Amino acid sequence: MRPEGINFALVGVGGQGTILASDVLAELGLRLGYDVKKAEVHGMSQRGGSVTSHLRWGAQVFSPIIPRGEADVLIAFEKLEAARFIEILKPGGLALVNDYAIEPLTVLTAGVPYPGDEVLRERLTQVTPHAYWVKGIEIAEGLGNARVANMVLLGALSGLLDLDEDQWNVVLEQRVPAKHLNINHQAFHAGREAVAAAV
Amino acid sequence: MKRLLSGNEAVARAAWEAGAKVGSGYPGTPSTEILEAFAPYPDVYAEWAPNEKVGLDVAVGAAYAGRRAFATMKHVGLNVASDAFFAVAMTGIEAGLVVISADDPSMHSSQNEQDNRQFAKFARIPCLDPADSQDAHDLTLAAFDLSEQFDTPVLLRLTTRVCHTSSPVELGEQREQRPEPEKYPRNLTKYCMVPANARKRHPVIEERVARIAAFAETFTGNRIEWRSSDLGIITGGVAYNYAREVFPEASVLKLGMVYPLPRKLISDFASRVQKVIVLEELDPFIEDQIRLMGILLYRPEEIMAEPPYPVTKQIFPIAGELDPAVVRNSGRQAGLLPADENIRMALNTAGLPVRPPVLCPGCPHRSSFYVLHKLGVPVNGDIGCYTLGMVQPLDALHTVGCMGASVGVAHGAAVAGDKERHVAVIGDSTFFHSAIPALINVAYNRSNVITIIMDNRVTGMTGHQDNPGTGRTLQHKETREIEIEPLVRALGFDKVLTVPAYAVTAIEKTLKEWMKSDEPAVLITREECALLPSARSRWLPLEVISDKCNGCTLCFRVGCPAILQSEQLDPKTNRPLALIDPLLCTGCEICAQVCPRDAILFRNQVQGKTTQQEATS
Repeated sequence: MRPEGINFALVGVGGQGTILASDVLAELGLRLGYDVKKAEVHGMSQRGGSVTSHLRWGAQVFSPIIPRGEADVLIAFEKLEAARFIEILKPGGLALVNDYAIEPLTVLTAGVPYPGDEVLRERLTQVTPHAYWVKGIEIAEGLGNARVANMVLLGALSGLLDLDEDQWNVVLEQRVPAKHLNINHQAFHAGREAVAAAV
Repeated sequence: MKRLLSGNEAVARAAWEAGAKVGSGYPGTPSTEILEAFAPYPDVYAEWAPNEKVGLDVAVGAAYAGRRAFATMKHVGLNVASDAFFAVAMTGIEAGLVVISADDPSMHSSQNEQDNRQFAKFARIPCLDPADSQDAHDLTLAAFDLSEQFDTPVLLRLTTRVCHTSSPVELGEQREQRPEPEKYPRNLTKYCMVPANARKRHPVIEERVARIAAFAETFTGNRIEWRSSDLGIITGGVAYNYAREVFPEASVLKLGMVYPLPRKLISDFASRVQKVIVLEELDPFIEDQIRLMGILLYRPEEIMAEPPYPVTKQIFPIAGELDPAVVRNSGRQAGLLPADENIRMALNTAGLPVRPPVLCPGCPHRSSFYVLHKLGVPVNGDIGCYTLGMVQPLDALHTVGCMGASVGVAHGAAVAGDKERHVAVIGDSTFFHSAIPALINVAYNRSNVITIIMDNRVTGMTGHQDNPGTGRTLQHKETREIEIEPLVRALGFDKVLTVPAYAVTAIEKTLKEWMKSDEPAVLITREECALLPSARSRWLPLEVISDKCNGCTLCFRVGCPAILQSEQLDPKTNRPLALIDPLLCTGCEICAQVCPRDAILFRNQVQGKTTQQEATS
């Protein structure tokens, strides 16, 4: 049965393709017959700062912002950002984490260490048992381009959410430039496979 | 046909549907994409003006000439354009004129969170305040009609969450075009605001506001949604969404026009509900006007004893943007919603390293700030990416106020007799925006300010817009590039030098040399933004030779996100060695220049190494 609505929070670091991923999800929601709102904040730095995007599917969506604890899905393109934003997720919600670290400059300048995996995982576990870690960059590099890691994550998401794969394909063809379509498709499928064992 | 559009795209679409011929403005988050989305429509003229005041004058000029027009800017842009705004409020127009200003509650990318609805009241200009993309589309269309119906400019006030949220919009066709006027108007009593004429116009614009208020009673953008009579919410702009989401049972008066207000509609609404509240972001702007109408707003018992004004702002915060959590929390505390013990709004991020915005890897501004930090001089900054020169470890920028302020503020310190030598830093676009008069002041009144114009060949922070230095227009036409160096010389400077922005040594040497004399000077550091497509094609990650690195940390001090601490420690000093992230590094070589042990390979060395490897494999 189709859910009444889904709230997605996408978080990452500027330059990781968070915006494209949320565009794809927005178009997909429309195709599936939902009302959609997609909110993004363009912060002060293009590369290197925290980036968040809120995407809501529903019968009628009012607020563009998802309040704390009301996201059904958190997609984190960087694992520290997953830990930072985990509390936006509903307890027991779905967390999809790119197993990849981008050290913020403050690790060097303020001497705050980048947390170890056990710390990050523990923070996630406090909110949900449903956290899936995907080696997005590694898989994308294996396909020849680290920049399609965002598609690996979307592919994984498609595997975890029970949604029609054909609809995903239609949207990908709309949103991705033709010359990059092939590798994006490959990345998407690799992402699906990466979580296939988990579902 | 419905399409997913951001609020900005919806405004651009509606401006085209309304037959707008001219759009001008200056880039500023969150307004920038309006003109970018308008520019590709057929048979329209769209441009980036050097600043918002020029942009609004251009739109006014087009509207005087009988063509529908609009100007776009961020909220603080209207401060710059306010002279033109007040002037056109007096004259009125020949064809529809819409001033589009985007506020930034919570200051996602701004220096203040002024509420520009206040400007509407100040200048006696009607203000429309949409809630989402469809509303932005519909109210933009309404704004052009309203403008002509009442011979007034109209302020379309957007906010970040409207501009940058995408939602479905029903697209319309382009409307029938107004006939172009045969002759430019020669109506001196209306368009020449000399005192004798202006005195006659003032009563006209006061009377105009009264007529628009009467029109607002039946304006379709103002509507009542009747639900329960327990609670009535008067709201406008993005706050409407939060009213609906948090108080689904409440009756709502949604004001698409927040100035002037429909007195009768409001009194009628208020009289038919038991409790009335106003839900609005930032200032108590609607509340002010409603209380002057004598309408009593709901006041929870616990704040009865407090000073009674503003009432609703004691329920909902005056600072920062609203969201459902904030509204729900405030509503519970005010007794409007059942109490709940589990109100936790902020995310707990204790112990995690923060990720503040930083200069991007390869940013050509980085070298100047590295040198300025070393020199330890006071630096007066400006608005743009280079504001990030204040961030650790560069820590080389000490004031940031508003567009173009750097040069004037530095001059002020110099003429006041400050003992330290002041440096002003400003970007290319901001130089064209408002630094030219300030530099004339430095040159003419002879202070010893040293100005660095960081010319990265584009308007960077707002996402790569063309400016008078790029040689291209918003509509992709080649044009004459304004050269900064000869312009600066013409302003009256003798000491002027252009250096490549990555040249650390040349920047340091020049600044040190100039500091020996007491003359004003201008250094132009020139290198295109590392994120421009032409620069991206040259990206080449550098490498650290770990045998040569001893973990001295000098390269860490350039503050580049691509330089990391390696897990490998130097055996003697036990300090972590440097490591370069190949996914982030662009190969700008600033770190390689700074390294005292030649432990970071320059581009030609990296290339040489690759060629060698290819030859041997």
